Amino acid sequence: MKRIYSVLVENHAGVLCKVAGLFSRRNFNIDSLVVGETNSRDVSCMTIVSSGDERTIEQIEKQLNKKLDVIKVKTFKESISICRELTLIKVRYNRENRRDIMENCDIMKAQIVDMSKNLMMIQICDTPERVELFIEMLRTVSIVEIARTGTVALTKCGENDKN
Amino acid sequence: MNGAQAIVKCLEEEKVKVVYGYSGVAIAPFYDALGETDIKQVLVRTEQNAAHCASGYARISREVGVCAVTSGPGATNLITGIATAYADSIPLVCITGQVNSELIGSDVFQEADITGAAESFVKYSYLIRDVNDIPRIFKEAFHIASTGRRGPVLIDIPMDIQMAEISKFAYPDKVNMRTYKPTIEGNAVQIKKVVKEVAQAKRPIICVGGGVHLSGAVDEIRKFSKENQIPVVSTMMGIGVMSSLDPMYFGMVGNNGRPYANRALNESDLLLMVGARVADRAVNRPDLITENKVLIHIDVDPAEIGKNVGPTIPLVGDIKHIFKKINEFEDKEDLIHKRQDWIDTLNEYRLTMVEKRPEIDTTKFVDPMAFLNKLSIRLPEDAIYVADVGQNQIWSCRWHLVKKGRFLTSGGMGTMGYSIPAAFGAKEADPHKTVVAVMGEGGFQMSMMELSTLKQYGNNVKIVIFRNNFLGMVREYQHYKLEDRYNMVILDESPKLDKIAEAYDMKYLKANNQEEADALIEELLKDDAPVIAEVVVDPYDLAK
Repeated sequence: MKRIYSVLVENHAGVLCKVAGLFSRRNFNIDSLVVGETNSRDVSCMTIVSSGDERTIEQIEKQLNKKLDVIKVKTFKESISICRELTLIKVRYNRENRRDIMENCDIMKAQIVDMSKNLMMIQICDTPERVELFIEMLRTVSIVEIARTGTVALTKCGENDKN
Repeated sequence: MNGAQAIVKCLEEEKVKVVYGYSGVAIAPFYDALGETDIKQVLVRTEQNAAHCASGYARISREVGVCAVTSGPGATNLITGIATAYADSIPLVCITGQVNSELIGSDVFQEADITGAAESFVKYSYLIRDVNDIPRIFKEAFHIASTGRRGPVLIDIPMDIQMAEISKFAYPDKVNMRTYKPTIEGNAVQIKKVVKEVAQAKRPIICVGGGVHLSGAVDEIRKFSKENQIPVVSTMMGIGVMSSLDPMYFGMVGNNGRPYANRALNESDLLLMVGARVADRAVNRPDLITENKVLIHIDVDPAEIGKNVGPTIPLVGDIKHIFKKINEFEDKEDLIHKRQDWIDTLNEYRLTMVEKRPEIDTTKFVDPMAFLNKLSIRLPEDAIYVADVGQNQIWSCRWHLVKKGRFLTSGGMGTMGYSIPAAFGAKEADPHKTVVAVMGEGGFQMSMMELSTLKQYGNNVKIVIFRNNFLGMVREYQHYKLEDRYNMVILDESPKLDKIAEAYDMKYLKANNQEEADALIEELLKDDAPVIAEVVVDPYDLAK
């Protein structure tokens, strides 16, 4: 079962290490982990995607809450959240496949952000599934490099209204 | 005032009476400042034991234990002691010296990333970067160590910070941490549910763990058990919550515990797990424990609840607070006769489920069961008994009778060599009590360097060594599981303990057989002097 943990932490040195260390120490998986500042400078938000059974998920949340640098943990399913992943993909192109690649980009709302004689760089910002799909579509051309941010997510606005 | 003096001022504010440690250049400014105060300094002989001493001290005094060591190897040596305290939730503040701030990260002489290395064994850690943070950090550290689920807190202090001038020293009155607010009061709705379940139960049982001692809730639990007529079993860390002589106490559970205690646990219809982790040694199959019974799990640490077993009623909070509340509920009149059948059944199990002991030739060896029973009877009833790790520990759990005293051991981590330094700390916390440390010769040789510490500080711990020329517990495992292939367990050529006693100028006693054992006990307890008592046991004796 997939779960997203939105973890607000104190923005000081070593906190990322403590949180990541907790996952490895307790034998929990990390599918992806993203860290960034929030609107308050002394607070960072870590978005962690992990999977496991019900008890594991509950334990992860409790163990995160136990860490003294963790301010707040929110756990939610993908279905009640908006998830995005930014990905940069460098591909090799030639005269024959250039148009195909551009069409694929159009269909998937990806952008070409840089180009050279042989290479182009494509940017896609979408749900993890659609990013995955887009990469799959590009398998026919030769992918040189990929950089993915991992998932960032917030619960849907309606969820806030419920509380 | 410099950083070192500020730290010492913080310790005075926290009413610290003793600091255990080992010096070195990187912590020398701190000890220099400490020397100007009335706080006692105890120089142990290896750093690990500084943490064990502080642990023994903390467990008996119910204060925070403090130790301070130097950087690099001093700090890394401390880790096993910190991990031992963490596993048993013992409140410690561990101070480590560090190289100068600007050198951190450059692998200079005696530099170790101790906050990184100790991360998974501490409740929290600090690396002090600014001398002006000292008062706040120490206030927080003592608060964190001694509240919620207790545990060790590490403070790493670079040398230059110890020597830097602090602009203004003001010790904060209060801690203000948005990330740390442990639940103390139990949820009122949950408490009511617990009371209701207790009233309905026909075969209730309480399983107490080390959390009851840590919360100081021994009286509340005894009262609850008595008023509600509920039998009690304990984990290893929960030994002593009930007097061993209390008719409502049915011994230690677990794979090294009493068969009748385990049976009582299994046959109950309501189990109150109080301050216990439900770990593998205590409960064979935690996943099966909730079959056919209501499980109430009471713990100050929400992460313990549901970790190994999903309870019917979780209740988070401080045990003392919770049981004070529970004890306020009345309406227990008709319960007592209702539970008499259950108590009679358990008493029958206690009488009939007698454990088999191997045949022991008591003309050649001492029988540890007879020895420990006798020792228990002869010890003052408020004595502090510290068991090491191994067969000696299991024997102690079974046959030492705790009356009004305490039983200490390294339960979670199982750290050999814990008993001498922990007994040292315990004796310092309560010097008028008789303190006995019981160990095998394996654990003794891991901690015998501290004999000189005992002598140096006039600490009269009584040391009992079960001698069998083996690492007995592992040998027993090899006997049961590895077809008696005794690899890496033979302790031949251990030192002659009479010579060791002579070298450290301590009294020495030896019992080669049961008859001599009786005389040894009398001699052991005769006067308040440090003693080494060697008790020869059958190398092939078993703990179960």
